[in-house]
Amino acid sequence: MLDSRWAPAIGPGPYPGRRCRLNLRRANGPGTLCPDATVRTPLGFWGLMDPDARLLADLARDLDGGFETLVLAHQDRCYSIALRMLGDPGAAEEAAQDAFVRAYRALAGYDATRIRELRLRAWLATIVLNICRTRLARRAARGRPPLSLDLETEGAALPEPVANDHTTSPAAAVDREETARRWARLLTTLPPAYRAAVILRHVDGLSYPELAVALDRPEGTVKAQVHRGIALLRTAYDADERLEREEMTA
Amino acid sequence: MTTDERTVEAAMADLAASAPPTLAPSVLVEVGLADRMARLDTVIGPLYVAWNGLGVSGVESVDFAATHAERTGRPVHVVDALPADLARAIERRLGGDRRVRIDLDLRGTTDFERDVWRKALDIPRGEVRPYGWIAAEIGRPKAVRAVGTALGHNPVPLIVPCHRVVRTDGTIGQYSLGGPRNKRTILASEGLDPDAMETLARSGIRYIGSDTTHVVCLPSCHAAKRITAAHRVAFRSMDRARDAGYRPCRECRPASGSAAAAA
Repeated sequence: MLDSRWAPAIGPGPYPGRRCRLNLRRANGPGTLCPDATVRTPLGFWGLMDPDARLLADLARDLDGGFETLVLAHQDRCYSIALRMLGDPGAAEEAAQDAFVRAYRALAGYDATRIRELRLRAWLATIVLNICRTRLARRAARGRPPLSLDLETEGAALPEPVANDHTTSPAAAVDREETARRWARLLTTLPPAYRAAVILRHVDGLSYPELAVALDRPEGTVKAQVHRGIALLRTAYDADERLEREEMTA
Repeated sequence: MTTDERTVEAAMADLAASAPPTLAPSVLVEVGLADRMARLDTVIGPLYVAWNGLGVSGVESVDFAATHAERTGRPVHVVDALPADLARAIERRLGGDRRVRIDLDLRGTTDFERDVWRKALDIPRGEVRPYGWIAAEIGRPKAVRAVGTALGHNPVPLIVPCHRVVRTDGTIGQYSLGGPRNKRTILASEGLDPDAMETLARSGIRYIGSDTTHVVCLPSCHAAKRITAAHRVAFRSMDRARDAGYRPCRECRPASGSAAAAA
């Protein structure tokens, strides 16, 4: 399913200028399309490639020229991972920014072959997670509560409801936001290892082989962590429901 | 009724969020692929300062966003104010504190230019040196004109004090940041009297010595300023000072570029 807006055969692609922002909800997920084809690169070849392969080829050739595209294509997922790990939009933005800066500096030290062979999605996720872990450890050392309870700001970070979504009545939107906020809160109560596994698999949508790379654990282990995390969330949600019902009937 | 796995997974997929619009621009500034610019008020009026994560990349007396973008090839975002620590550092440096560190982004400049600018950073506040002095000190005594050109291309005037470099004949010379009048204002604000300096130069005096120590200095050297009137000896050239038995000051090194001064 190629959307013609994103794949002109010749000429500017989805990233025509420096100021162009792409707001892809989940980079490289379903519905996200391959980058542009230019005169240099025939569509037939690149169009079938993993979009990250094209991006990595560009970065290997010209890091400074391709880096903005990398940021725009991966900012939503890096931010989402940080937001769900840390539970606080301000800290998440800082963590995502640090992660991209670290990625840039690392790429600047890699040779072209190493860049082309990167597993980009997993690699970026590793960097974001490392920064989040450091921040969580620092918070714990300071004796701060592990997550922000500021529901105002937390709600502000949720995705905007899609305008043409037929289920989106104002009441449904409020409901959906309320539910999302609740899941986000429950997620931050999970032990960090399970939290990271669930976020990478189900918020970010990485495959298990990618998870294994990102978490540096065997595939079997990360699968077990995801399942255990989901099970813990189910239990927590049901307990939360019960509590709410009791409060309502009390 | 309990929640099933699919419901939890769907709820997790709903937790993907959009990055705030400030994220990507901040990243690009931090790695040096884009610049920010803001206004800073100084002794010569408002200045516009551009910077990124590598350091300060430009200083101008007018809003120079367009020309800066053209020169550097990077987009420039104009913002309300400099980061507080950078503004404080620049103020301290302009106030004469040479210990404060200000990182500079001088990508796209030549080794020669950077040598010239680094040498200009050695000139203390309240003092000046001739173009020929810089040329001699960086080991390129014949490149006096090129030194002038490099100083004219200084992208970060005031921070790199090219205003402390004057013509070899002692007159004030050109200034890239809004012309020679600004150069006078800045030098005066640093405690130097530009009119007195030019009057002295017009009378042909290039060096000042002390008849008690037999040390000879450039006129604006802080050591020369301490010589009392009764013991001041004026010289037109280093050769005459040497013939009179004077040795050059180790601080201002007046012999550097003295050949150019004599020419």
